[in-house]
Amino acid sequence: MGRILYELTESIRIAMAQIRANKMRSALTALGVVIGIVAVTLMGTAIRGIDIGFNKSLAMLGSDVLHVEKWPWITGEDWWKYVNRPIITPDNAATLARIIDATPNSELEMAVYVSGRGSSVKAGSLSISGVYIFGTTGAYGRVLTADFSDGRMFNDAENDSAKQVCVLGFDVAQALFPGRSPMGSTVAVQGQPFTVIGVLAKQGSFLGLFSFDSQMIMPLSAYRKYFGVRYGNPEIQVKVRDKTRMAQATDELIGDMRRVRGQVPGEPDNFTVNTSDAFKEKLDPIKKGIALAGLFVTGLSLFVGAIGIMNITFVSVRERTKEIGTRKALGARRRTILLQFLIEAVSICVVGGTIGLALTYVLCIGVKAAMPAFPLEFSVNLIVVSMVVSVVTGVLSGFIPAMGASRLDPVVALRYE
Amino acid sequence: MTPAAPAETRQVRPVGPLVIAIENVTKLYQMGEETIHALRGVTLSIHRNEYLAIMGPSGSGKSTLMNMLGCLDTPTSGRYEFNGHDVAAMVDDELAEIRNREIGFVFQTFNLLPRSDALRNVELPLIYAGISPHERRDRAREALESVGLGNRIHHKPNELSGGQRQRVAIARALVNRPSIVLADEPTGNLDSKTGIEILALFDDLYELGNTLIVVTHEESVARHARRIIRLHDGLIDSDGPVL
Repeated sequence: MGRILYELTESIRIAMAQIRANKMRSALTALGVVIGIVAVTLMGTAIRGIDIGFNKSLAMLGSDVLHVEKWPWITGEDWWKYVNRPIITPDNAATLARIIDATPNSELEMAVYVSGRGSSVKAGSLSISGVYIFGTTGAYGRVLTADFSDGRMFNDAENDSAKQVCVLGFDVAQALFPGRSPMGSTVAVQGQPFTVIGVLAKQGSFLGLFSFDSQMIMPLSAYRKYFGVRYGNPEIQVKVRDKTRMAQATDELIGDMRRVRGQVPGEPDNFTVNTSDAFKEKLDPIKKGIALAGLFVTGLSLFVGAIGIMNITFVSVRERTKEIGTRKALGARRRTILLQFLIEAVSICVVGGTIGLALTYVLCIGVKAAMPAFPLEFSVNLIVVSMVVSVVTGVLSGFIPAMGASRLDPVVALRYE
Repeated sequence: MTPAAPAETRQVRPVGPLVIAIENVTKLYQMGEETIHALRGVTLSIHRNEYLAIMGPSGSGKSTLMNMLGCLDTPTSGRYEFNGHDVAAMVDDELAEIRNREIGFVFQTFNLLPRSDALRNVELPLIYAGISPHERRDRAREALESVGLGNRIHHKPNELSGGQRQRVAIARALVNRPSIVLADEPTGNLDSKTGIEILALFDDLYELGNTLIVVTHEESVARHARRIIRLHDGLIDSDGPVL
């Protein structure tokens, strides 16, 4: 037992002395590993960043909210199956809400109709285009995932009386009322004035595709009056009582909706219940594919670094053939010699890996400061993984030359000049 | 080189138990198409407390025999027993074990590790023997003191003269208290004066009870031994005491 320990400490000592004695060579070899580790770990931070951004985006949809829509969120070549479905109407939503209320022990809490479209919004001389304006009822406040930075949601009374009030998304408020509170001011949509009664806190964008902050919420009655609900993609958002029972809730909702639509048994659903989970399931393989491809490409640069290590270990073995012979004559076993060169290769890899990791960390901080939206996430896991990768790279690339060294015939090695 | 007159007071110490028993050993090498018979059937026994010289011109099988004796190589055929162990049947790591415990090597070119100081060089066989760091250091220091280098233990090889380097190598050979010390042309890389000093050290080691085998092509070196084996064409030509 002691013997292995002594051999190990001796090997580490030799490796360090060797690296110190060949500074330039070791540095250049380590550089290959540095580049490899930087590439792989940067890819790692990007994958993690994308993952975090993705989960954040999904959270905006509301993890306890089911969306009844005409279209599934992700369609492919099967779009023709959905195109002739009837549009979701406010009456559908009202009927559904009544059914939910009448069901004892329902998995569903409430249903609220939402219909929206894009439009520009004006306030005084300022204007912002591409705002998603939508009409809904006061109950929407209960499914909303964003916080109010100011004001409140309109109530049912305001909705019933078609009051021209609105809640602005963060970006809209910023654009139309720079540096001041929009509360109580009036904005114009298609020439119609709406009084601001609430402002939402910043939410960010969904998968970088569209901003949740560029929206405006108004009472459905007012929306219906000016924009109508026959077009677009209206939906019913349904809040679930227990997040952990999404599957049961979805089943119940499908049954309820079939009643709403008066569908006979055997007839396929003429609506879709969308969930953020289902969305996640659809996107996960794509995400994984991107991650794998990225790691493969960056892994290639680490592979080149590994070849450098292998090469330098071959050189090191060749240079020290006579020393290997001497050590063997003095009683070094195969294992001892193998260990000595493996540890040398691993040491260079670990040094390179550590430098690479430090560079990645600095790069992450730099990128975060320069481009906050760029998805890079450094993590403790990454440190562990890259250290393991470094050691494994060292072992794999050092193994063949070290094995060769351990198997040298001492007679031949001693005679080598 | 002026032959050093063997000490007038030289005496042959009584030999101890059998250490090496070689019987009808042959060694063949394949050099391309050609088969070289390095040893054609050598029989030899060496006892503890002998001082033996092996001589012969190049190509006589002298180096091959030395590698065999040093357990660096195994015979093609024949029997080789070292302290009762059947060396001929051993695998690499077993041979390493024997070399570590039983044999102290002294090389013509010293073969010290250039970046390690004298102490660390001498410690090396003890590391492979699994001796604790503390004991290692003590024993290495003792061995260096016994060859007169007690004040040079932290010198690196390039800070030492040729003779001093060979002394470090001898200390390294002795440090694990081997059954035999095997020296290959130990004075070959030294000037004559230093060579004589090293041979005097060998005489002392012999007096202290060590078993020495010196491989050389120099008569003057061989005459320090008590027994000379002369090889020719892979066979023992003569084997007898130094008169």
